Amino acid sequence: MRISLFITCYNDTLFPETGKSVVRLLERLGHQVEFPLEQTCCGQMHYNTGYQIEAGPLMRRFVETFKNAEAVCVPSSSCVAMIRDHYLKMAETAGDPGLVQAVESLLPRVYELSELLVNKLGLEDVNAYYPHCVTYHASCHSLRSLHLNDLPLRLLRKVRGIDLVELQGIDQCCGFGGTFAVKNGDVSAAMLADKLRCVENTRAEVCTAVDNSCLMHIFGGLHRQRTGIKTVHLAEILASTEDEATQ
Amino acid sequence: MTIRVGEAAEAPSFQKAAFKLLDDAQLRKNVRHATDVITGKRAIVVKEQQDWQQLRATASAIKQHTLAHLDEYLLQFEAACTADGGHVHWASDADEANRIIVDLVKQYSGKEVIKVKTMTSDEIGLNKAFEANGIHPHETDLADMIVQLGHDKPSHIVVPALHKNRQQVREIFMEAMGLAELSDKPEDLTNAARRYLRDKFLNVNIGFSGANYLLADTGGVCVVESEGNGRMCVTLPEVLITLAGIEKVIPSFRDLEVFLQLLPRSATGERMNPYNSLWTGIGKGNGPQHFHVVLLDNGRTRILADPEARQTLHCIRCGACLNTCPVYRQTGGHAYGSIYAGPIGAILTPQLFDMQHSQSLPYASSLCGACYEVCPVKINIPEVLIHLRGRVVREQQSGANIEALGMKAMARIFSSSRSFEAAQRLGHIGQWPFVSEGWVKHLPGMLGNWTAVRDMRPLPKQSFRSWWREHEKAKKENADA
Repeated sequence: MRISLFITCYNDTLFPETGKSVVRLLERLGHQVEFPLEQTCCGQMHYNTGYQIEAGPLMRRFVETFKNAEAVCVPSSSCVAMIRDHYLKMAETAGDPGLVQAVESLLPRVYELSELLVNKLGLEDVNAYYPHCVTYHASCHSLRSLHLNDLPLRLLRKVRGIDLVELQGIDQCCGFGGTFAVKNGDVSAAMLADKLRCVENTRAEVCTAVDNSCLMHIFGGLHRQRTGIKTVHLAEILASTEDEATQ
Repeated sequence: MTIRVGEAAEAPSFQKAAFKLLDDAQLRKNVRHATDVITGKRAIVVKEQQDWQQLRATASAIKQHTLAHLDEYLLQFEAACTADGGHVHWASDADEANRIIVDLVKQYSGKEVIKVKTMTSDEIGLNKAFEANGIHPHETDLADMIVQLGHDKPSHIVVPALHKNRQQVREIFMEAMGLAELSDKPEDLTNAARRYLRDKFLNVNIGFSGANYLLADTGGVCVVESEGNGRMCVTLPEVLITLAGIEKVIPSFRDLEVFLQLLPRSATGERMNPYNSLWTGIGKGNGPQHFHVVLLDNGRTRILADPEARQTLHCIRCGACLNTCPVYRQTGGHAYGSIYAGPIGAILTPQLFDMQHSQSLPYASSLCGACYEVCPVKINIPEVLIHLRGRVVREQQSGANIEALGMKAMARIFSSSRSFEAAQRLGHIGQWPFVSEGWVKHLPGMLGNWTAVRDMRPLPKQSFRSWWREHEKAKKENADA
């Protein structure tokens, strides 16, 4: 299958390893990955902070870049939520029937990574090997917008060598919320403290999720407190094999 | 027109209020305990209701329909209520509602009023208006009574004294009731409240209530509660005055079938409210002989005029969004500076206020979506929050604002892949003053809120797109070889 990767702006800039892992994983599974270089950002930060006017052109750019894609893979549930929950309304508000049509046609081809693997490609076992104790945090958008439910866990359970441990309060927000973390830094910190306590209680070495944004937040706290626990995107675990185990 | 929502006009921003409240260990423990108990009970009784999602969809449809025909249903309610001996008054704002109610109490020569729990009376600041006119209001809902006797403010729309534990309630009762001895056992506290309230029920001649539902077809009013104190207030006195927001009307008696299943399960985790009081006009020789309904706008028609935010008026005040909200669960209700706290307060207060005094509230959410998931009338609160953030941004654009400048600069950077890539390179080079020993620990300005409790990795040397180019080149070379 020809899969177009929408890496997202912050993965591109801050977490290139996640992108490399998606490419390695999909190519290993025999798919052809494309990365249209014109892509930038889905507009979520602008849209959710109230800069909906500024988000408009970013939506158009995304649609223009990926309109002919066979499938778009996005390793971030919050960016998929932005696209799925708001693009159609944005296009309608813009009063552009062509754009509305383009969005309607594109939306069913946009997949979050675990959706692509399990729902589209019918895979749960991707031949991964990851000999570590891992706990999974279900990010808010993955749960309550994309309704991924246990898709990521089904993938993780098939990883060889993994010791998967349950996270208490798995569905509780970590307190990131995009600009919320700086606009309401104190409340965000209080929410993060709860999340860190739950992560530490698992005794896992690694906390994973389908969103690097939440993981950046959780890791920020884990590292400040010198817990020694690291965060790793789901893609990096699934890309790991005996030959090239990521450390 | 002066629209007022309690004392929200004087309230500090959410951030400032939250900063202080987060230090109150007792309050945080109380809020956490209470919300845990209620959400736990709710989960059990929602799970057992097989058609929960259909009920939610139906309730949402009824509310949408009613709001689309609000004028007709309100007039129908007025006609039916009047036909059964009730009097209907229309108040465009808080001041007008207070004036009408105070005048009515004076007309019946009242000096005291016994009140059923009603958030709407707090919205219009009725108790203050009563006191300014020499009328003494007695809150009879146990939690409201705790708040009133403790000179406190409600922190939850269903459980107003949720932030107090029983040791604190004991102290409030001892002082306000002049008791020398009282234990903190729930039975003893309840008995103290009962003795205090019985005297009021038997001697005060004017009752005052809010309304959970106004029934357009019968002209009936419905109030649900747990304690039976409300039942006393709406049956014992000679005069009964009811205050209701205009969005409280539903088309028919039959619609209660839907709402009386959704509300108790969502609000208190009960299958049914212990007391469901329903009355229509007056019954000759039975119950109150004078009945007045005050229909309140106070900004509601303005919300109705906004198609994107109209769903705010679906709210049946169950409080489920507060209990589940990770932000509310940290701060409690007082941080919201309004009698309407939590996610629903974060969208309702700024709209009633036309955004003037409460621009921080739409940002008091991580947009986690837990509120939408539990809302029994399917208000998409995150969507309305985002919509209101858009309004805040548009209203703030006039002045120079660092956030707005930053956001616009970012939008320009994202407008082409070339400028994006240039910014990535610049960021990598320009970050050095903030990087020490391979970590970012102190950022300036608002970003300092991040590094206050979180470390950050510096931007990596190579962006993904730069790696991709090399990867493609290598693949091509391999293919050519």
